[in-house]
Amino acid sequence: MSEATATATRPAIDLARIRAWLPAYGVYVAIALLMLFNVLFTPNFLAWSNLRIQLIQMAPIVIVALGMALVIGTEGIDLSVGAVMALAAALIPLYLGYGVIAAIIVSLIAGVLVGLINGTLVARVGLQPIVATLALFVGGRGLALVISGGQLKDVRNEDLIYLGSGDLFGIPVLVWIAALLVLIVGFVVRRTVFGRRLLAIGGNRPATELAGVPVKRVLVTVYVVCSVLASIAGLLAVARIQSSDASAVGLLIELSAITAVVVGGTPLTGGRVRVLGTVAGALLMQLVVATMIKHNLQPSTTEMVQAVIILVAVYVARERKTR
Amino acid sequence: MTQTVSDHEVAAVVAADERRAERIDRIVGLIQRQGALAVLVVVVVIGSVAFPNFRSFDNAATILIAAAPPALIALGMTFVIITGGIDLSVGSLYVLGGVVSAYASQWGLLPAFLAPLAVCGLIGVLNGALIAYSRMAPFIVTLAALLGARGLMRAISDEGSTTYLVENDAFRAFGTGSFLGIGYPVWLVAAVFAAGMVLLSRTRFGHAVYAVGGSEDAASLMGVAVRRTKVWVYVMSGLLAGLAGAINAAKLGSGVTVLGTGMELDAIAAVVIGGTLLTGGAGTIAGTIAGVLLLGVIQNMINQVGNVPSSYQQVISGAFLAVVVVAQTYLVKLRRVT
Repeated sequence: MSEATATATRPAIDLARIRAWLPAYGVYVAIALLMLFNVLFTPNFLAWSNLRIQLIQMAPIVIVALGMALVIGTEGIDLSVGAVMALAAALIPLYLGYGVIAAIIVSLIAGVLVGLINGTLVARVGLQPIVATLALFVGGRGLALVISGGQLKDVRNEDLIYLGSGDLFGIPVLVWIAALLVLIVGFVVRRTVFGRRLLAIGGNRPATELAGVPVKRVLVTVYVVCSVLASIAGLLAVARIQSSDASAVGLLIELSAITAVVVGGTPLTGGRVRVLGTVAGALLMQLVVATMIKHNLQPSTTEMVQAVIILVAVYVARERKTR
Repeated sequence: MTQTVSDHEVAAVVAADERRAERIDRIVGLIQRQGALAVLVVVVVIGSVAFPNFRSFDNAATILIAAAPPALIALGMTFVIITGGIDLSVGSLYVLGGVVSAYASQWGLLPAFLAPLAVCGLIGVLNGALIAYSRMAPFIVTLAALLGARGLMRAISDEGSTTYLVENDAFRAFGTGSFLGIGYPVWLVAAVFAAGMVLLSRTRFGHAVYAVGGSEDAASLMGVAVRRTKVWVYVMSGLLAGLAGAINAAKLGSGVTVLGTGMELDAIAAVVIGGTLLTGGAGTIAGTIAGVLLLGVIQNMINQVGNVPSSYQQVISGAFLAVVVVAQTYLVKLRRVT
């Protein structure tokens, strides 16, 4: 009876295999369960108007989280992304007079500059990423407030508003942009030399250095990419809200982005980046909030549930003792 | 033309070199540890010359009372960071502690202090236990606690719509009263800091904190209770954040639900400016005091200037943090070279 022997040696539910499988795909299971719940018990959840709102709300977090995932892949962290969004938002109204393109370019340049500062502090000066980016977290939003004079400014430019509120083939432009960026970042991580180098640095930096990889240059680039993605999120936020408020744009988004990355299965210890997982992480958190709002639960409950989800996700994915 | 040099002369030169290296090493070490204090002195001197109102006793008392709650949070953070960890939940615990304290003040002075300590201490236990026993990153565990504590605070304040007023006169008097012209909270914070200093530098627990931050494996081999030490630093951090919240509730006469955002990062900034290394294993409480006061003095001076918006304070604090940490890194490198 070969079947009986097989069941004897291998239990019906193989815990070890689930343990290996859960960190990588648990987030998708959670999304599927939550979707199922919503389809069954939430009226009009599948209505396009609802899904559309969820996607639009998710887009900026996904864009910021993509950059954060790359930084975390190098065993770093970037606390300054919210400040970069505020800086980009503050610069837009100042340069909108020269046209949308000019305003966008200026805000992207701000992202590049912040990324260069962060990257230089991390790679060349040798600061810990959390300290290096903390300086701009503290100062960056202040700078944005100084630039904007601390005032909320309305944005009336049609082209910019189209980016934030317009549709292309029935899907919001915002979502197209986020999806495109996901594809690009996914391609970069999986298929390019830069992506491999980035992961190698996170896996073992001294070995990567010995292998002749220009570690410092790669690190600076990673921080620049992260900041530029944040400034894109900032200008899209302005385009969506149709006003620029440097004190509110991107507030605490660094925490949402880190949450999305971690819940998506990217370890904080570097060496691995899950791009789709990051999108899934953002989607899961968005679904949790949406579900709770639809069922009239208070924001306080939502926050506590989010806390539990983060803990469970990290607990499942935590590194096991090798000894 | 070659010169013959006697062994004696060579030895003398080498000895002089060594003495010089040692002296540089000492000076660099001193700058690294006491740099914040030195800058604080310079800034205070500049402030006293530039602003007539700055050097008044009342203004000093104002700076101290404003710095009291952040100082407590930074004290707890110092212990956590020396063990090589980080606590992002303290801003939320500070607000939660304030709301709990204001609510509990209806039952008397003692509950107003003990209730926030109990609640925030318990969350500290959770933080510490998860970090010490389940191999999860402190950053993530305390990030979850940040969300959880904020949720709890909103839940007990009806989604932030209810502000509990402090009904207890003695508790309010504690927050607003003063002894020798300096507010009671400042005296309390000074006492807590003194206790913290003794704890860190004179007790076995303090040695364990340094040992865990220096090298967990080595500490474990030395017989240090690594996990227990880790749990305790997060409990302390939670308790101090709760106490800071209570003090703030007493000062304001109510539990305010909208403060505390980014407070954890301000505390980390103060600790880092004070010379504590985020890699763990090194740091002093005196440095943290200097860091907290420096940020407080900068804020005060910007207020003195008058029509400068408060956003400049953030810019200056950020720039300051950058300069200090960069300088510190170079000092550490210099020390290793010499």
